Amino acid sequence: MELLNHLALGLATALTLKNLLYCFAGTLIGTLIGVLPGLGPVATLAMLLPFTYVLEPTSALIMLAGIYYGAQYGGSTTAILVNLPGEASSVVTCLDGYQMARRGRAGAALGIAAVGSFFAGSVATLLIAAFALPLVELAFKFGPAEYFSLMVLGLVGAVVLASGSLVKAIAMIVLGLLLGLVGTDVNSGVVRFAFDVPELTDGIGFVAVAMGLFAFAEIAVNVEKRGRREVFTDAVTHLWPTRADLKEAAPAIARGTALGSVLGILPGGGALLASFASYSMEKKLAGAGATPPFGQGNIRGVAGPESANNAGAQTSFIPMLTLGIPPNAVMALMIGAMTIHNIQPGPQVMSSNPALFWGLIASMWVGNLMLVVLNLPLIGIWVQLLRVPYKWLYPAILTFCCIGAYSINNNPFDVYVTAVFGAVGYLFYKLDCEPAPLILGFILGPMMEENLRRALLLSRGDASVFFTRPLSLALLLLAAALVLLVALPAIKSRREQAFRDSG
Amino acid sequence: MRVKHQKDFWSGVMFVLAGLAFAGLAQRYPLGSAQRMGPGYFPTLLGGLLAILGLVIAIKGLARDAADGRIDRFHFGPLAIVLGAVALFGLLLRPAGLVVALLALIGVSAYASHEFRLREVLPLAAVLVLIVLAVFVWGLGMVIPVWPSMVAN
Repeated sequence: MELLNHLALGLATALTLKNLLYCFAGTLIGTLIGVLPGLGPVATLAMLLPFTYVLEPTSALIMLAGIYYGAQYGGSTTAILVNLPGEASSVVTCLDGYQMARRGRAGAALGIAAVGSFFAGSVATLLIAAFALPLVELAFKFGPAEYFSLMVLGLVGAVVLASGSLVKAIAMIVLGLLLGLVGTDVNSGVVRFAFDVPELTDGIGFVAVAMGLFAFAEIAVNVEKRGRREVFTDAVTHLWPTRADLKEAAPAIARGTALGSVLGILPGGGALLASFASYSMEKKLAGAGATPPFGQGNIRGVAGPESANNAGAQTSFIPMLTLGIPPNAVMALMIGAMTIHNIQPGPQVMSSNPALFWGLIASMWVGNLMLVVLNLPLIGIWVQLLRVPYKWLYPAILTFCCIGAYSINNNPFDVYVTAVFGAVGYLFYKLDCEPAPLILGFILGPMMEENLRRALLLSRGDASVFFTRPLSLALLLLAAALVLLVALPAIKSRREQAFRDSG
Repeated sequence: MRVKHQKDFWSGVMFVLAGLAFAGLAQRYPLGSAQRMGPGYFPTLLGGLLAILGLVIAIKGLARDAADGRIDRFHFGPLAIVLGAVALFGLLLRPAGLVVALLALIGVSAYASHEFRLREVLPLAAVLVLIVLAVFVWGLGMVIPVWPSMVAN
């Protein structure tokens, strides 16, 4: 019954008035920004991260987690009402959710998304708690060679499961690893790639990189676009789905939860992959005879992916919390946040900061409950927010980003770095280079170098250590298998097909 | 020879240049050996890898024909205005204080939109400045210069 004790400790931490408040603030602000078009979860987190520095670590992480699933959830609301996915993982929600809205069933779509998300979130929270202990125990058996191989697997997995060109994504990772090396080398004390700029001796701030690549580049791209959005703001009535709706959606919710939980744990997995996979599964299971057909407002096309993306978003915390390996860009930011609070991410977090570890897990469930409570009654307010035109929005985003960037070190230097990465991000966008793998590499760069160095020191410079230690070999083989699998022509075309179908 | 997939070709070139730059700069640091890696070892390794990957991507860009390979037009105007506004904020913050820096940021960046209207931007700027002051300066007690340094003293 160790699990119950841990959960009790977690709830005791999460349910203090202060942490409840931060959890509430996080989900509220997250939903607010998630509903507003033009900022995805990564950009939202990057923008708000600096403001949590003043909090104590547990409250800061609870709030950040709240912001994350709030933003995630808010994105679904936009998808259903405006046919504009707030972020990539709600792309599939647009397909049937928006069609439901056009047929006057926006309320049912929003309601079922809320119910599905809450169910999935509750299950995933329990899963995290159950998986945490065995994984941490496994992680303690890892030496530097295993850690290095695990990071290789994590990085490879992250790009294999993403869309787009594989080689380009790997190149982005390597570029990220290199950028992560800027600053003082911990082993030799040598300052690398700093060009005698004193501010760079501590390295490039990861918040500045993420803000620039995601928020600023996005703004620059959006500002040059013209065009108007069609908003269904007056049609939201009958928020609660009918009994028939629930009955029809229940199996989809259960399947979505299961699928999402599994995919979330995988490196590179998380909300995005989960929602895509769930949608195609529901579509296949329903067959051609579904009424209404998929793509024309079938409630299962909303319930499945919405449950799956929430489950996936939650379980992607598992590798981050237990191994210190981020499976996606959002978790990379969470790791960055932990480091700023002087918590070394990895398996030791559970034993050295048990209240933080279990408190964060328990707060996820609390946060999910808050999302339902928050979203269903307040939907009218969110709908009004959708009417805010972008020309007012982006100066506001810039304002908060600039103040956040400055406040990291109370130094305008970080503001300039953010601007530089904004330009770089714009270039990436024009060249079709996804920035998410770069962030993963950026966070893992120093850790990877450190483990490579230690592994080769122990083996006296013999690189075969990565292949002779069974655990390390297994991890590397898995990574190689993933690459081969995707490179095979038959699978390659199907993979591209899958992303096009649902995208 | 015609570049068939512009996006791939030019991103390949970008990766090659970045890889070579990192690997080249890393030569200034001791390389060490595999057993005792110096600070130059890992960057040299990664820089070389990046250059090779870039080469592969660029070659693919030459060979592969695709409809979506053309690079969209760069709109340097809006980009420069938005990022220039950000840089201006950084420059103004310490000498002129938060209020002036924010007004400059919002005023200049709003100009990047094709829907720019001065009478809309002024109230927007006023509201944003008030929110920022209320939340961050008075609420969270953030240490940040609010007014120009000569007025404050």
